Amino acid sequence: MKLFEYEAKGLLSKYGIATPRGSLAKSPAQAGKIATELGAPLVVKAQVLVGGRGKAGGILFANSPSDAKRLAKKLLNTKMKGVTVRSVLVEERIPVKKEVYLGVTVDRSKRRYVAIASSEGGMEIEEIAAATPEKIVKVLIDPLYGVLPYHARQVAKRLGYSGRQMLSLATIFVNLFQMAMDYDAELTEINPLVETPEGSFVAVDARLLIDDSALYRHPDFKERIIGEEEGELRPQELEARKNELAYVKLDGNVGVIGNGAGLVMATLDTIQSYGGDPANFLDVGGGASADKMAAALNIVFSDPEAKVVFINILGGITRCDEIARGILEAKRRMGFVKPMVIRLVGTNEEEGRRILTDVGVPVLDSMEAAAKRVVELLESGE
Amino acid sequence: MGILVDEKTRAVVQGITGTQGSFHTKLMLDYGTEIVAGVTPGKGGTTIHGVPVYDTVEEAVNRHDANASIIFVPAPFAVDAAFEAMESGLKTVVVITEHIPVKDAIQVMARANQWGVTVVGPNTPGVITLEECKLGIMPAHVFRRGGVGIASRSGTLTYEIAAGLSSIGLGQSTCVGLGGDPIVGLSFVDVLKMFERDEDTKAVALIGEIGGDSEERAAECVSTEGFSKPLVAFVAGRTAPKGKRMGHAGAIIMGATGTAESKISAFEAAGISVAKRPGDVAKLLADELGR
Repeated sequence: MKLFEYEAKGLLSKYGIATPRGSLAKSPAQAGKIATELGAPLVVKAQVLVGGRGKAGGILFANSPSDAKRLAKKLLNTKMKGVTVRSVLVEERIPVKKEVYLGVTVDRSKRRYVAIASSEGGMEIEEIAAATPEKIVKVLIDPLYGVLPYHARQVAKRLGYSGRQMLSLATIFVNLFQMAMDYDAELTEINPLVETPEGSFVAVDARLLIDDSALYRHPDFKERIIGEEEGELRPQELEARKNELAYVKLDGNVGVIGNGAGLVMATLDTIQSYGGDPANFLDVGGGASADKMAAALNIVFSDPEAKVVFINILGGITRCDEIARGILEAKRRMGFVKPMVIRLVGTNEEEGRRILTDVGVPVLDSMEAAAKRVVELLESGE
Repeated sequence: MGILVDEKTRAVVQGITGTQGSFHTKLMLDYGTEIVAGVTPGKGGTTIHGVPVYDTVEEAVNRHDANASIIFVPAPFAVDAAFEAMESGLKTVVVITEHIPVKDAIQVMARANQWGVTVVGPNTPGVITLEECKLGIMPAHVFRRGGVGIASRSGTLTYEIAAGLSSIGLGQSTCVGLGGDPIVGLSFVDVLKMFERDEDTKAVALIGEIGGDSEERAAECVSTEGFSKPLVAFVAGRTAPKGKRMGHAGAIIMGATGTAESKISAFEAAGISVAKRPGDVAKLLADELGR
């Protein structure tokens, strides 16, 4: 789960890391009031969970409170990369001597957290890695001890700081790591961490991604994700979330349902290998009930872009008869509104087949043959 | 023989009284796996499918000389269960549980490394060594005994490919599910090294997917250290968009890392044939084995 910038900055403050003075505004009037209290120069930042916000025009500079109010009006309730801007962060502008990058993420192959820092901040870490790889400092963190103060001093030193500045940067780094641990962050970044002309450090932008599997430990955010993101979800995505189905919308016209993440991904790939184009990824998971299968089929049936539906089930803990009953249940709810190709093998296969063939629905047993059939159906325009 | 589990495996089921634990204990017993005890705190003294249940792993290990564990407990309690298994002296721990927080998984792996424990998973279907031991939830009927070792990051896709191999007479030695999470105990490199040493394994299939770089590392290892047995790979997720989790927590392309293209080209550069479709794995392996 991604946190908004203002939320991430709120956490940074809680951990003693300096952020610009400012507040969240949901209307131009409110933005104007905040701006008057802060005084110019100011910055107005759209609070949206999309990448490349700056390039999309979501960060604007104001030279007076009235200017800030005008810019807030310009941003609020417009769409940025398809997402509505519901609030803006109005902040004082921090003078920049230098921009630094600090982050904590997970190194999958080393099975550890890794702290990443660079004396070249301000752009995406991948751009930094491509442009100046020699300026990136990485420290693997021992999971049983965490960050020790000397690690932090080493990092600060390698970024080129010494004396008091080294110590204050090291403290920021230790606190950032603690915050990452306390909030189960998959990724947390201060970028840029601005070094001001006076020599202090201020976190001017921040990102934090909470590990979805750990959300049960952070109930406040779990509540928030449901409230604030619902408005941005497609009806299919919302239905999938309600039914605890793994669903991803894609650009093509073949609706896909399968069991198991790997099998569904391979199904999408196979469709494409025969010249088709998948409209979605939908995994009903292991041991899906008829109800869950019916819900999955409703989701794909209701996607206007899906012209044909491909159901690919290999029953292990999933029972083919249960899947077949789910397909009939979907028929009862909304009818077979789209042509379907069904591949059904594995546990209780015979029963599943019988249920479907009794109502005239053919069932195939090879995934490749079924994928080919899907593409033929599309091409013939049946 | 085979790797990780065999006829000498004596397993404890943690979370044996839960729906999944109980259901799969029955299937593992039916397969012939020696399930010597179960553990559910508070349910000690009862039995499930004839298997004695204890409150702690320590008791189960002391009474039954167990050497492995399979964990079915819900995610918030899985770390406790894994640490308990490791501290009780069990050296192979299979974690079936899905949705374990990354921070917890990192701690489990650090401990396992310290104590010399092999962790399979989390979010894995488990391990099966054909006709010896099934420590997992995979449907046994798709497999048959033979010489192909399989290491995979997914469940049903593995069954799909195993069924394809079985249908043309290419049986399997051991099938290992590495797990679908970002942090798992075994990498493809770890398993390749085990298969290299295993006499029953004559050829290997690696089934990867988007996310992370375990496939690239395996390719690198084969390039630099060599691999003496025929080897074929498949990578799921050629059509997956960036930044979206495709069902598994670990199946996500982050920035430029973890794409199917990167994995496929790494395998090909190492001289490993990559199947275009799941069904092609069996054909490629048959070619490699000259059948």
